[in-house]
Amino acid sequence: MALVPVTDWSPLWISLATSVTATLITLAAGVAAAAWRGRRTGPALALVDGMFLLPLVLPPTVVGFFLLLLFGRNGPLGTLLLRLGATVVFSWPATVIAAAVVAFPLMYLTARAALEQVDPHFLQAARTLGASEWRVFREIALPLAWPGVLAGTILSFARALGEFGATLMLAGNIPGKTATIPIAIYFAVEADDLGRAMIWCVIDLLISLALLSGLYYWTHARGPGRARWARR
Amino acid sequence: MALEIQIAKKLVDFTLNVSFTAEEAPLSILGPSGAGKTILLRCIAGLEQPDQGHIALNHRILWDSERRIHISARDRRVGMLFQHYALFPHRTVAENISFGLRGSPRQERAKRVAALVERTRIAGLEGRYPHELSGGEQQRAALARALAIEPEALLLDEPLSALDTHLRSQMEAQLQETFAAYLRPALLVTHNIEEAYRLGQQLLVLSRGRVAAFGSKEEIFRHPPSLEVAQLTGCKNFSRVHAVSSRAVEALDWGCRLCVAGAIAQPPAHVGIRAHHIDFAESPGPDAATENVFPCWLVRWSETPFRITLYLKLHQPPGEANEYHLQAEVFKEKWQRFREQPFPWHVRLSPDSLFLLPQ
Repeated sequence: MALVPVTDWSPLWISLATSVTATLITLAAGVAAAAWRGRRTGPALALVDGMFLLPLVLPPTVVGFFLLLLFGRNGPLGTLLLRLGATVVFSWPATVIAAAVVAFPLMYLTARAALEQVDPHFLQAARTLGASEWRVFREIALPLAWPGVLAGTILSFARALGEFGATLMLAGNIPGKTATIPIAIYFAVEADDLGRAMIWCVIDLLISLALLSGLYYWTHARGPGRARWARR
Repeated sequence: MALEIQIAKKLVDFTLNVSFTAEEAPLSILGPSGAGKTILLRCIAGLEQPDQGHIALNHRILWDSERRIHISARDRRVGMLFQHYALFPHRTVAENISFGLRGSPRQERAKRVAALVERTRIAGLEGRYPHELSGGEQQRAALARALAIEPEALLLDEPLSALDTHLRSQMEAQLQETFAAYLRPALLVTHNIEEAYRLGQQLLVLSRGRVAAFGSKEEIFRHPPSLEVAQLTGCKNFSRVHAVSSRAVEALDWGCRLCVAGAIAQPPAHVGIRAHHIDFAESPGPDAATENVFPCWLVRWSETPFRITLYLKLHQPPGEANEYHLQAEVFKEKWQRFREQPFPWHVRLSPDSLFLLPQ
């Protein structure tokens, strides 16, 4: 196994750009969905919960397949975008969409748990003080749920970084465009280039380890991320 | 200024069904745990919806089931002091207090916060976070925050229950001061009889969702309208009675005939006397009053730092069952004077202290 120096670093940059963008989208969508869902009760919402969580349990290839149907040339979103002069399939945005959809359940679950943990008396007190629902959410619920939301963000980022199956289905393997680290690894192994695969594996492992350690430091230890108000 | 309430709401064990009008004076709502006190406050604040009825504050309708009016909590201008204060933990004292002042310009807000911390005696703590405050300071900050919006009514949910004894009296003084300057309807919920009496001018006794008594506190304590209210206001001694003349009753459980003050209007069901109203005839001589004086024996006693509660049996020495007829409460000094005297002692149930309770 010869250690071949990597000359094309594009998978790293594509992976980081994809994960950052997908995480930001997931953060907004996950928190919004959690806030929307948390205020409602009803048996029909169990179905909504199920749909939100599906990408967590389905094989990524299945998620990718459905995304392909949705965004393909004859798919409902695909035709709509085509009319606007855009194709998603096999483009960089496809990597973002695939990563965001797969990471969404993690964000949704953690954000919802974090928002539910906020003592409702704080929200009620804010209401009696004349705050609108939006202000109650933005100034009270979200800041108090922030440590949990942040944990969800880091988990989502890690999941987006590791996304392979759905990305391959929807975005393919176009070097310099849609080839993320996991995809580069797969095709390196397929081309019997184990040295290159190893380098990317180590890079992926180091990034993920740093993220998860950072998450624990942030949420469990008295790290710098803990606000003054939360210190005891 | 008045807060009119007439609501019904089905709860798990019973229905909250109350109707009263709170004027500008502080009103204590007294009731055992689970009587519906907190839910009542939450309905007024708009945090919970009754099933039926209406709530109006200074003729402004806050809620009306028939007319389908529902003013949200944010628009009610009703200040609420939560039992555990609910200070926003991520905001400083000043930020907590100014939370409700968003509409006003920055300078105006700073001035209002300065005036409020002065008034609630927490000046100098504006930059602290709630967890950096003592229990009493947290309560003062929560009070300042509730007062900041200049609420048209103030609701306090068990405001003193989370405090130590020595802080309680300080906060009680703070609340009395606040009420004296407030001059708008203020409702205070408590299960502590003394707190209810000291802080409210008017008293409402709530029992299993119903108004058991409502009116001046002196009147309710002197002449409880029912056995239940007598019990809820702390009376320990009751006996079933039937009237034998216009001024005397036969106390069935105590086995004696009692003179009462004033004429008996309606047929009474019970007679009651408060533990601290029971008197001891220390030297039953020929000059002493003989009305309602009975021999008694001590069954057992229990001590608090300054007072002692004596459990007494009338007419004959206690048997093995340790049963007693009366609970008397006396200061220790007095107890020291007559504890050595031989039995029987003589209790006097003064006609002025006895109250008759209708069926």
